[in-house]
Amino acid sequence: MSARIALTVPDPERDHISGSVDGSIRLLEYGDYECPFCSMAQPIVKEIQRQLGGDLLFAFRHFPLTKIHPHSEHAAEAAEAAGTQENFWDMHDLLFENQRALEDEDLTAYAAELGLDETRLIREVTSSLYAARIREDFKSGIRGGVNGTPTFFVNGERYDGALDLRHLLHSLSFRNS
Amino acid sequence: MRGYNAFMGVAPKANPSSITTSLYSMSTPAGDPRSPSDDHRALLKPGSLAPYFTLRSTPDQSISLTDFRGRPVILAFYPADWSPVCGDQMTLYNEVLEEFQAFQAELLGISVDGAWCHAAYARQNKLHFPLLADFEPKGAVARAYGVYDGKEGTCERALFVIDSDGIIHWSYVSPIGVNPGANGILSALEELKGKNQTAATK
Repeated sequence: MSARIALTVPDPERDHISGSVDGSIRLLEYGDYECPFCSMAQPIVKEIQRQLGGDLLFAFRHFPLTKIHPHSEHAAEAAEAAGTQENFWDMHDLLFENQRALEDEDLTAYAAELGLDETRLIREVTSSLYAARIREDFKSGIRGGVNGTPTFFVNGERYDGALDLRHLLHSLSFRNS
Repeated sequence: MRGYNAFMGVAPKANPSSITTSLYSMSTPAGDPRSPSDDHRALLKPGSLAPYFTLRSTPDQSISLTDFRGRPVILAFYPADWSPVCGDQMTLYNEVLEEFQAFQAELLGISVDGAWCHAAYARQNKLHFPLLADFEPKGAVARAYGVYDGKEGTCERALFVIDSDGIIHWSYVSPIGVNPGANGILSALEELKGKNQTAATK
């Protein structure tokens, strides 16, 4: 276990981050691309990003439940592989938008759609190049109090409220005030 | 069933005479097992001897606590198979098995559901650890550990980490609808490991 990772706040040095590193509101999500609840949370996160703009730093860590979601590991690998090609977030969005189509050939197609080197991406996915990194995300979640997906942390505190825009946004604004 | 039985290598074949015999330690007071006071007996605390039990893990196999003597055991009591929050908890532990195994720890899920129900639930969720049926007499093991909810007729959502000598090292009861996660278990296993290492160097 990498005790050096901050378990409940984004680490701009290692995490995939979106928004402003100077943002006073830090939102960290632990998620699984094959989890229907994570997919439902996706438009909420998008809207929050739109509304909070530069005040928000958002980060995503992988928490794949691989036994019940057999495609979740390769999907996470694909996001990481896209990240290596500087396009984590577009792949992240595509995976959630297409969570019922996450076979390896689908992942290859998404890479092509994003103009990435799809041969390289699928080679990295199928050789589990990023497995250790994904497991590190997962373990940091376990030790940080992630008990299911999606789990959000608002400025380091686990958000246990309702998963809708109004409540999550309220929690974020409240923490910021 | 084949997949479900894959993890059963450590379990003894069912001994017909032991299947229905559940023995409890002296820490269990005698009395009417259905009395309300009995149902709300306090959670067994660290330092207590973990009550012995033998329970069915599949329709034709049983597991005893003593099968794992010499290794830490994690007991995860939960209210019911199939209820959504439980699903999350057992599914989560299924993903954390690797971390538990790093401590040589054995995870046992326990609820009052019968062995056939457990078998279907484990198969559906591809669980790779045993689920024990605290089914007959209903909830007897949960009562012995002080985690039976007499009103609901189910186990509470409770965790125990038992050391290699069969002594409870850590126990925790979660609110019924709240998945307690795995962090407390891992912290307890780390503590136990530290304690053993200290003892070994003395």
